[in-house]
Amino acid sequence: MNDIFVAADHIVSPLGMGTSHNFRALKAGKTGVDRQERPAMSDHPFYAALFDPAEFTGGSFTKFEQLLQVSITDALNISGIRPGDKRTVLIICSTKGNAHLLDEDPNTPPENISLPASAARLAKTFRLDAAPIVVSNACISGLLGMITGMRLIRAGLFENAVVSGADVISRFILSGFGSFQALSSGHCKPFDKDRDGINLGEGAATVVLSSRSDYNKGLRLRGGSVSNDANHISGPSRTGMELCQTIERSLLDAFAAREEIGFISTHGTATSYNDEMEAKAITLAGLNHVPVNSLKGYYGHTLGAAGLIESIVTMQSMREGLILPSPGFEQNGVTTPLNVVTTLLSTPLTTCLKTASGFGGCNAAVVLGK
Amino acid sequence: MIKSMEHITASCVIENRTIYKNGKAVYISGALDAIDFLSSAYRHFDLQYPKFYKMDPLSRLGWIATEILLGPGWDTSIYRPQDIAIVLSNANSSLDTDRRYNETTRDIPSPSVFVYTLPNIMIGEISIRHGFKGENAFFLSPSFDPVLLANYSSLLLQQGIASTAITGWVDLLGPQYKAALFLIERTQGPDTPDFSPETMQAIFQNPSKPWM
Repeated sequence: MNDIFVAADHIVSPLGMGTSHNFRALKAGKTGVDRQERPAMSDHPFYAALFDPAEFTGGSFTKFEQLLQVSITDALNISGIRPGDKRTVLIICSTKGNAHLLDEDPNTPPENISLPASAARLAKTFRLDAAPIVVSNACISGLLGMITGMRLIRAGLFENAVVSGADVISRFILSGFGSFQALSSGHCKPFDKDRDGINLGEGAATVVLSSRSDYNKGLRLRGGSVSNDANHISGPSRTGMELCQTIERSLLDAFAAREEIGFISTHGTATSYNDEMEAKAITLAGLNHVPVNSLKGYYGHTLGAAGLIESIVTMQSMREGLILPSPGFEQNGVTTPLNVVTTLLSTPLTTCLKTASGFGGCNAAVVLGK
Repeated sequence: MIKSMEHITASCVIENRTIYKNGKAVYISGALDAIDFLSSAYRHFDLQYPKFYKMDPLSRLGWIATEILLGPGWDTSIYRPQDIAIVLSNANSSLDTDRRYNETTRDIPSPSVFVYTLPNIMIGEISIRHGFKGENAFFLSPSFDPVLLANYSSLLLQQGIASTAITGWVDLLGPQYKAALFLIERTQGPDTPDFSPETMQAIFQNPSKPWM
């Protein structure tokens, strides 16, 4: 089976612009999560990783589209893929896209909110002539976008896939997670015994995948898999068996042995149920000794962008041989303890796993390798 | 295009207060709006699934279309749960429920409405109903895109990722709705057309036309 190379990657977040800039901030222990007072979004202060309200506004593109535009522009420049390439497909990943427009006008017309319309505008901007693909599959959207790109390239339908994801935090989203009592009262604490919910985060990220060996920059998307819990629409599996199935299938897809996995970038949202399920799944897969972290303490939960942002940070970890500490973790709070990293760890990494789960009972995993 | 080696072993189209299965109208209702129509279909087919009434209109549409698609006749036990894929799409995502949820935020935001503000929740509902644990994907397209759905479903079956797939279109916004689902299998019956975007498009456009 053809190798799928990572030709470029790029992150736009409150921590900065570009992968290396972001990773420098993470190594320095900076976090994008902060106490926010945003009357437009919430009547009460809350903790989240947000852009300055003045950023990514104005112009004919929505904030959501501008985030994607900035990230895709830089990723394409890094990749060397030229506009007008018919063998390149644009894949846009998001949970809520332009739904932030509903905050200001509940009657925003469907054509202004439409994610396919946003994708078409972006494809036109970048002269990517193939019909763009939009993935909207809850919090696995980013990983599913990468997996979709990988599969379409493997099937010979495209040479390159520009996979870009973004989500904008709005009153709509914030109040929704709040209604579930799922928001943390402070900085989130994935896998910790005192974890009390998530921090939300804004961001965009792009991964350019290619089958062309001249775009080989040393990292590959080796495999991936998706599953459903078939258990509950807003709560994860009680056993973790389905995420475990996804992990095992992604390893098979990558022709990777379990022993090769040197690090797992978890979903780790810091809700009681997610972290418990994920720990069970990783244990069932026989990977509970492997170093893991959750990046939610740095970025918050960036929803449809999370799989992309966290995969990119994982790839930068592989380039630099550094595993980042998992913010907020002090004492184990799951029934099957994981090897949660608490200090910056220097270690060579050749094969890593990235997992995600979301509403609707969906799970996804990818294997990233040198 | 991926060259298809699979077959469409069942189809279900729901539009204009009519449900079609495999080219035949199996239910026609005089109900006025989408909600009434879906409720009357639920009662007509005696589907007996109380969770139906907790679902938002979009999930109800996708759920009923799947019930009719699979019918009482499809033996799911020939497949392992993890080998059954669901690949759906629409144009309007969950906007119908997004608007309804947004209204609740003026008063008390409703978690039971918020959870339906994602289009893939319908995949979750279908999976829970039948215990399907395989691949999921929800794509958004400006209009029904049989090429994307056929390519993606074919590659799942041909790359050995799934053994069967339920794929198609489920869109609902206000009074407008349409569902067109296809069951894709490697097996072939006497009247099962080859799985192709052209066949999907033909069934989507003319659901009452008998299969070729």
